Amino acid sequence: MAGILEVRWHGRGGQGTVTAAKVLAEAVMAEGKNVQAFPEYGPERMGAPLRAYNRVSDSPMTIHCQVTNPAVVAVVDSTLIETVDVTEGATDDAVFVINSPKEPDELRKKMKLKSSQKVFCVDANAISLETIGRVMPNTPMLGAVVKATGVIKLDTLLADIRASFGKKFAEKIIQSNLDAASRAYEEVKS
Amino acid sequence: MKKVAMTGNVAVANAMRQINPDVCAAYPITPSTEIMQQFSTFVANGQVDTELVTVESEHSAMSACIGAAAAGGRVMNATSANGLALMWEMLYIAAGNRLPIVLSCVNRALSAPINIHCDHSDSMGARDSGWVQIYAENAQEAYDNTIQAVRIGEHPDIHLPVMSCMDGFIISHSIENLDLLDDQQVRDFVGPYNGTAYPLLDVANPVTYGALHLQDYYIESRRQLHEAHKRAKNVVIEVGREYGKLSGRSYGLFETYKMDDAEIGLIALNSAAGTAKVVVDEFRAKGIKAGLLKPRLFRPFPYLEIADALKGLKALCVLDRADSFGAAGGPLFIEVRSALYDLQKRPVTINKIFGLGGRDLGLDDLRKVFEELTTIVDKGPKSLYEYITVRE
Repeated sequence: MAGILEVRWHGRGGQGTVTAAKVLAEAVMAEGKNVQAFPEYGPERMGAPLRAYNRVSDSPMTIHCQVTNPAVVAVVDSTLIETVDVTEGATDDAVFVINSPKEPDELRKKMKLKSSQKVFCVDANAISLETIGRVMPNTPMLGAVVKATGVIKLDTLLADIRASFGKKFAEKIIQSNLDAASRAYEEVKS
Repeated sequence: MKKVAMTGNVAVANAMRQINPDVCAAYPITPSTEIMQQFSTFVANGQVDTELVTVESEHSAMSACIGAAAAGGRVMNATSANGLALMWEMLYIAAGNRLPIVLSCVNRALSAPINIHCDHSDSMGARDSGWVQIYAENAQEAYDNTIQAVRIGEHPDIHLPVMSCMDGFIISHSIENLDLLDDQQVRDFVGPYNGTAYPLLDVANPVTYGALHLQDYYIESRRQLHEAHKRAKNVVIEVGREYGKLSGRSYGLFETYKMDDAEIGLIALNSAAGTAKVVVDEFRAKGIKAGLLKPRLFRPFPYLEIADALKGLKALCVLDRADSFGAAGGPLFIEVRSALYDLQKRPVTINKIFGLGGRDLGLDDLRKVFEELTTIVDKGPKSLYEYITVRE
C-alpha cells in the first residue's frame, strides 16, 4: 500500500507478540503518526503459532482488510521458519527481523529470500534471559524492529514501554525491559 | 480532546465512562466482552456512579435494562451475535415500551457453525424490532456514535432504544488512533437525564408497563412506534450536527465518498466501507468515476435521501455482510433497491454478499466488483445477487 508501512509479526502464544504490536502502535502514535495494530484471532493457546499486524502511515488510514503484502516481517520465534511460510506475500524489498543467534546470510539462504530483501538477526532470547531473567523476546524484538526499520526513534519506544508496562509491573521489571530493547537495538545485525 | 491509540471496544467503554449511565447490565460474549470488562474496572475504581448488574444471560441483561429504564434510569449494555439473539424477545419489549436503552452491538456471525468473527447477521436480524440502528466504520465512529446514541434515544420526539454497531474484531479488537473528547464535554453534551415522562417508580403517579393491548389498542401502540421512527431521522441529523460543533466531526444519515460526479458506486456498511475508499481512490486515479455511499443510519432507513444520493449513478453494487436467506439479496440490498424504485432513471443495481464469519474482504475483491460495474451498464448484470469472497 502506497504511503502505508505494513508489518507482520510471527510468534507463538505466550511470547508477548500481540503486546509487541500494541506497544509499537502506541509508540508510533506518540510520534504523531497514524497506526493500526491487530492480531489474527483464532484458537489461541500457549505455544501455538500466531500472527499480529501493524500499519503505520503519515495520513489517516481507512483500510481495514488483512495485511497480505508486508514490507516488514518480524519473526519472534525462529522455529516458526520451519513450520510457517513467514515469507508469504512479503514485498520484494521486505525487511525481515528474526530472533536468532545465527548469521543473517545463513537465514537468508534457508528462507530462500530475494536479493532485494533484507535480513536482520538479533538473539532476543539470550538478551531477554540476561536482562529480564527469562525468555521473553518481545521487548528486544521491538528494539530490533525499530533499528531495522527506523519507523520511530528508540527514545519514543522506550518511553512507551515505560508507559505501557508502568501500569502493571514493578520498576525493576520495567527497567529490565528497557535494557532489553536498548541492547537489541544496538546488537541487531544485518 | 485527547489523542489515544485503543481498540474499538476500549473506545466504546471510555464513551460509557464519560456518559456515566445509571445502570448497566453485563453478560459477556465475544467480541463485545471487553467493553463491559473495561467498564467494570471503571465501576470498581469509582470513576462512574453506575449500578452494574451482573446477570445470568443476555435475556436477563436486556430484562434488567428494561426494568431500570422504565424506572427512569439512563441505561446501557453491550452484546454480540448469539447474545443479541437471546435478547430477541426483550428487544421488542424495550422498543414497544419506548425505553431509550443504548446497546453496543459488536457485530459477529450467528451460529451454526459456531464462529466468533464479524458479519452483520446479528444486528440485521434485529432490524424490525423497533430499535434505531447506527453503524460505525472505525473506532472513532463507534466512540462518537455511542455518545450520540444517548441523545438520539432520549430525544423527547422519539424515545427509542438505540443499537450502536461496529465490526467485531476488525474494529472491536484492533488498535487505532482516535480522539477522545474531554469527560466534561461529553457530560455536558449528553446532559442530565430526566428519565421517562412516566417513571415506574413515581408512586404518586402510578403507571403500568407491559400492559395487555388486544384488538382494542395494540395497533395504535405499534403505530406510535412507527411514527416515532419517522421522526427519528431528523433527530439523528440534529444530534449529529450538534456533535460536529463540539468535536469537529459532523455526522448525518450516511457518508458519501467521491459521489458527486460518480458513475459507478458501491454501498457498504462499517469497516468494509473504509477499505472500499482505498479502491475508489485507485479507480479515480485511473480516470474512472467511482464513488461510495456508507449508510450510517439503517433504522429508520433514510430511503428518500439515499435514492437522491444514488440517482446520478449508472451502475451500483450493494455489499451485504449478511444474508437474508431465501430473499432476493441481502438485507441492505433489499432496502436500497426498494429505495431506488421510485427514481425515474435507476442505476443498474447488483448485490454481493461477502465476508460472512469474518472472511476478509481484500482490495482485489473490491477491484473485481468495480471492474464488473464498469461492464454491466451496457451488457447487463450476470446475476442480481451472489456470494463473493467464497470458495466456488
